[in-house]
Amino acid sequence: MLNPLFWYQAIALAFSQIWANKSRAFLTALGIIVGVASTTAVIAALTGLKSKVLTQFESVGASKVFIFPNRPDDKPRNLYPWEKVRLKTSEARALRDECESIRAITPITEVGLEVESGDRKIEGLSVTGIWPDWHEIENRNVTSGRPFTAIDETNERQVCLVNDDAVKELRLPADPVGQFITLGGRRFLIVGLIETVQARFFGLNTSSAEIFIPFSVAEKFQPRDFFMRITALLKSPELAEEGTAEMRWILRKQRGIPDGETESFQVEAIDRFIQQFKTLATGITAIAGGIVGISLLVGGIGIMNIMLVSVSERTREIGLRKAVGATPNMILLQFLLEAVTLCLVGGFIGLACGRLLAFGMTQIPSAQLDEADIPLWAVVLAFAFSAGTGLIFGMFPAIKAARLDPIEALRHE
Amino acid sequence: MSLIEVRQLEKVYRVGVEIIRALNGVDLTIERNDFIAIMGSSGSGKSTLMNMLGCLDRPTSGTYLLNGHDVSRMGATELARVRNEEIGFVFQSFELLPRQTALENVELPLVYAKGGWRDRRPRALAALDRVGLSDRVHHRPNQLSGGQRQRVAIARAILNRPSILLADEPTGNLDSATTVEILAIFRQLHAEGQTIIIVTHEDEVAAHCDRVVRLRDGKVMSDLPILQDSAGRHRGSAGAKGSHEPGEHKLPC
Repeated sequence: MLNPLFWYQAIALAFSQIWANKSRAFLTALGIIVGVASTTAVIAALTGLKSKVLTQFESVGASKVFIFPNRPDDKPRNLYPWEKVRLKTSEARALRDECESIRAITPITEVGLEVESGDRKIEGLSVTGIWPDWHEIENRNVTSGRPFTAIDETNERQVCLVNDDAVKELRLPADPVGQFITLGGRRFLIVGLIETVQARFFGLNTSSAEIFIPFSVAEKFQPRDFFMRITALLKSPELAEEGTAEMRWILRKQRGIPDGETESFQVEAIDRFIQQFKTLATGITAIAGGIVGISLLVGGIGIMNIMLVSVSERTREIGLRKAVGATPNMILLQFLLEAVTLCLVGGFIGLACGRLLAFGMTQIPSAQLDEADIPLWAVVLAFAFSAGTGLIFGMFPAIKAARLDPIEALRHE
Repeated sequence: MSLIEVRQLEKVYRVGVEIIRALNGVDLTIERNDFIAIMGSSGSGKSTLMNMLGCLDRPTSGTYLLNGHDVSRMGATELARVRNEEIGFVFQSFELLPRQTALENVELPLVYAKGGWRDRRPRALAALDRVGLSDRVHHRPNQLSGGQRQRVAIARAILNRPSILLADEPTGNLDSATTVEILAIFRQLHAEGQTIIIVTHEDEVAAHCDRVVRLRDGKVMSDLPILQDSAGRHRGSAGAKGSHEPGEHKLPC
């Protein structure tokens, strides 16, 4: 029914109206611009953070489980002395021997030792005690020499692994395998060079100097009630639920905690962190959606107001258009198109501002937002919401224009 | 079949408690290629009659047959179609769109037409040529004189080859020299076969027409032919008050 010329002139007219009233159109669309800009920026930040965090979690391994001591909050402290709460090597062994759902497990303890290599001497360097399974759990292999073996552990051999940063700090030769260094006054043979992982985990740089020794050896350096944690690798990420339950059951049995009593330890699968983070991100996205809803409502009222002004300013023009044959529906459509165009232009500017904000975020050092980007669905949604606002809030002024009596309209001053 | 047949047309307005009979039983027949002036003082109902004839409004009662179709009971959308295809309006204050060129203004009726948009350029140019404005095609209204603006409006009115050209005080805003210019265009269009109805209160304008219909108190008071010479000059009114018989007074032109 409507010819292409109608569409062409309606859209051209919509743009020329905006162009002719630039500042008014800008102020009117400001609500939509700010709404779309802020929302897309929040979504961009969240998307960036999400992909970053999820990659980090995945680099850590989705099927990893962490076990650490945890004194219950709701119980008197004196009922849970440290000796009762701390993890013990025997518990790690029990888990290794009894737990069906884990593939690898290692206790981890850190001990501050004086490290000497030739005339180089570093006080209080953190040395980590691990089981050979650690290589598999952390997915870190030696680039030279050999990894730890079960014999190193059982025989308490004085061997160690170092990473590149440690080699640099201790001024060791590039291939340090076969060299001796002194840890806490004892001579250790470097058996392997371990690769450095450039994983920045929440800003915590893990790629500084690292020295690893067998757990049984590290235990010797520690006081009686030393702190250790346990990291395990599940046979598959799907076992997160089942595996953590099994480990808790074993640990309860080890500690003799009866049913219903609060546990003095915590077992957490990485998978759960991921789920929690995803839930949190969805929540924030929903809040951002709420913000856009409110700002579009405010913006929409502005649009309605300016469209009413436009209808009354152009009453004579509407009268003329009707006189030359515009039907009420054509007038309605024309004004709706104008409102939608105004909103879409606002949405476009808002999106450009949001994009700029997102780019700004990526430039903030150490903000962890360098992957911030507006996803396609947010772009589509921004335009859809803008157009929807134009349709809803442009409807009333458009109906008013369509219902104008042509005679009255032509007489209007 | 006459072009326009109006029978017992009535229009009643209610203003507060007062009832105004703007048209009180108008009978009027207009033939193709008539050139009519509708006259009357203010309040005589001439504007209301023009709105009815232009399909801008619907009568309270009575019938209006345009080309044999009863337009007095049509809805707003149908009336818009009729206005688009059958009627060309010329207004006292031109009513041009200020930001559009003369050409775009002339093309406006095709925006709302069913077809014809493909050859809008040649048609609009031809219409502008007919009113002698071929050299002002890309000017905007504020770059044109009053007479030129009204000529653009006439070109717009004749673009869709309407059955009726309906002019409401077309020279009301123009000086006498320009008035003559515009009336000459009307006469030329009439000579080319166009039916023209001019609503005016100026005798001078009415004198250029072939027939004058005078209204008073919502009724036709007189309906007289005017004899014209071939140049379109006024020869003086002839005949007594009475019904108009088409063709009788026409001179070849």
